[in-house]
Order: sequence, then C-alpha cells, then structure tokens
Amino acid sequence: MRPRDDGWRYRILVGVAVAGLLLAPSGPARAQPQTGPHIEIKAHGYGIPELAVQPGTTVTWINHDDDPHTVTSTENVFRSPGIDTDETYSYTFTKPGTYEYFCTLHPLMTGKVVVRSGS
Amino acid sequence: MSDQGGVDRRGFLQCMAWTGTGLLWSVAGGVLSSRAIGVGAAEAQSAPATFSFAQISDTHIGFKGAANLDAMGTFEAAVARIKALDPKPAFLIHTGDITHAQKAGAFDVASEALKGTGIERTFYVPGEHDVFVDGGTEYLNRFAAGRPGRGWQSFDFGGVHFVGLVNVLSYKAGGLGSLGPAQLEWLERDVVGLASSTPVVVFAHVPLWTVYPQWGWVTDDGAQALAYLKRFGSVTVLNGHIHQIMQKVEGNITFHTARSTAFPQPAPGAAPAPGPMKVPVEELRGMLGVREVTYAPGKDRLAVVDPSLA
Repeated sequence: MRPRDDGWRYRILVGVAVAGLLLAPSGPARAQPQTGPHIEIKAHGYGIPELAVQPGTTVTWINHDDDPHTVTSTENVFRSPGIDTDETYSYTFTKPGTYEYFCTLHPLMTGKVVVRSGS
Repeated sequence: MSDQGGVDRRGFLQCMAWTGTGLLWSVAGGVLSSRAIGVGAAEAQSAPATFSFAQISDTHIGFKGAANLDAMGTFEAAVARIKALDPKPAFLIHTGDITHAQKAGAFDVASEALKGTGIERTFYVPGEHDVFVDGGTEYLNRFAAGRPGRGWQSFDFGGVHFVGLVNVLSYKAGGLGSLGPAQLEWLERDVVGLASSTPVVVFAHVPLWTVYPQWGWVTDDGAQALAYLKRFGSVTVLNGHIHQIMQKVEGNITFHTARSTAFPQPAPGAAPAPGPMKVPVEELRGMLGVREVTYAPGKDRLAVVDPSLA
C-alpha cells in the first residue's frame, strides 16, 4: 500500500527488536525472543497492518493491550493461542504468499503479511 | 435520572441511555418509566410477582489485569449479592464471557462458585472468550451436551418463553457477532407456535441490537432474529459483552445490556478502543453488578433492576 514506508519501518522495528532483546527481562512470554520484525498490538489494532518480509522471516507480535488478542490466519495456516498483556507470539513464514490474519476475539482487527523473495 | 413517564413514545424511541447508576425500568401498557433504585421500589413490588430470575454476565474468571486486581473477589461479591435477593430467583442466567480467554479450569471455578448463590439452575450462553481457543468444543461439551444445535436453547417458565441464543461461534475476519442461518431457522420454528400474547425473554452475549458497530458491539444478523419476535406483545432482550448498562425500546421489544462482575468498559467512542477500563478504586464496585428481573402475570411488565456491587 505504502511500499516506501515498509523498508524504513522494518529497519526501525529490527532496531527496536534488538534493543528489546538486550533489555527484556527473562520470563515465560519472552523465553524464546525472535530477531525478526515485531508487530505491536495496541488499542485493538495491529501496528503494521501490512508487512512485507522475505521467506524464512520470523514475525513476532507483542500485545500491549489489557485485552487478550489472537493472531489467527484466515486460511488456517497459523493460529496463536490467546496472547495476553505483554505476551508475544511468533511465526516463521517459509513460503511466498499473502497471509491474512485477524483476532478471533475482536474480528474487526485484521492484518496481512506478504512473503516474497527479492532484494 | 428523573421519571420519564411523560416522555412520548417517539421521543423515547430516540433515546438510548446508558449510565453507571442502578435503574429500574418497567413497561406497562406501552408506557415506560424509569427511576433510581430505592425511590420506586415499593411501587415495583406492589404487584404479586410470580417469579423473578437473576442475570450475571462477563465474569471473566482468570482476569488479572490492572482494571481489577481482585476480579475473583468482585465475582464472589456478585454471588453474595444474588444470594441476598429476596424473593429468591427461580433460576440464574449467565450471558457469557464466563471465563477470561478460556483459561484452564475457569469453567470449573465459575460453576462451582455460582453454587454459592443457592440457586439450583443456571442457564448459560457463551461469550467469545469462552469459545475462541477451541471453536467452542469445551463449552459445548460442558454446557450443551445432548442438545441439538450449537448451544442455543429455549424453555418455558411461569408462562414466559425463554430463548438463549449463541452469537459468538462464527466470528470471521472483519466480522461481528453472528447467529448464522441454522440458528435463525431454529428460532423461527421455535416461536412459530406461540401465541403472540406469550411474554418472551431472549438472552445472548453480544447485543442483538446495534450498540456500536465500530467496536463490534452488534450482531450482524440480529435484525432477522428480532423480525421473528416482532409480533409478540412483550419481548425482553438481555445481553452482556459491553460491561455497562444500556437500554433501548423498539416497539414491543426492550433491550438491556448488563454490567460485568470483573471490569467496566468505556462508553461507546469514549476511548480509542474497547477493553478493560481503569477507574479509581473507590469507583470500581459501583460499575460492576448483577441483575434481577421480575415477571408479574397479567401486568405485561417485566421489571429490571441492576444492583451494583458498591
């Protein structure tokens, strides 16, 4: 939609993710931190509604709301459990394609990950 | 809130009030009035009541958020509040979100604790929190085993026809609460043989009327369900989901949403998003509560009272 923004946002997010790894306290929700892009869930919205990544990228969602949310593929490719406050969910996208997802608790929340090879 | 008995019907239909205080609404001969609890209680009790029942909603067992650090404590206070109702309610209905995020063991905790009300029978409908993890398998096995359909139900009590609808089992991306064609067909058949003079009470989790679509506070095919009920002289719709009291009247149909026992939510549009709302600790219990509904035969009246936990 706004391809110009994506690379910029991606670099910011990787930076945030790396900083998060250094600063995050250990705990169940962060037991397996991932280095890929992070999508912040806030005010009943996915912070990056459409994210483009390379195959093999692990995407991590972090819930900052007081409500639990899910990250659920509309095509049943992936299905998170309930992600409670400050918890994370990660999924590694291996095959190119467009992956739409939503929150099964709040289905007005929708997002998309586009996986494609390229520079 | 002042007596609204003088408001004309058209004016009332345009009115959609919500409030943090307990109100009593009564309908008699098409004229609706409301008054604060306590002011008109004697009048409300003047008619001999055949029976009353209680509603509890959005108990969210397992909630540990900042909006209520003792959600189990307020749930137990709600149980005690229902136990203290006099006369004793004939039964209890739970309008969903029994659990918070379907946490393990939460259904057991809820149903065990509700025995503390002293009421033998509880009728449940699920909220989205009760079914989203497994598509409703645990809920349906526990609360709807042996019944046809996917958890919907009806029963008759004291001359009133009760219908429990399920509008959280077909959440889709971008979607809203939904009943689905199978349930709508069942509902149409369920009420087709009833006399139009039969009072009907419908209960479901997500509001069956349009409260606030921007937050998903609506059932997308709710209007079809209501179309089957329009011919009845007295229809009372009891919902949960939005954790606050709202009322609306459309023809002979009266809509009521209930408070939660766990945490309040913002008024529609009053925050960037719905969700647990933090309030000063001394205000919290005033925004949580239960409901008592009383049916008086021959009066065409169901009285709805919403005591808070304050």
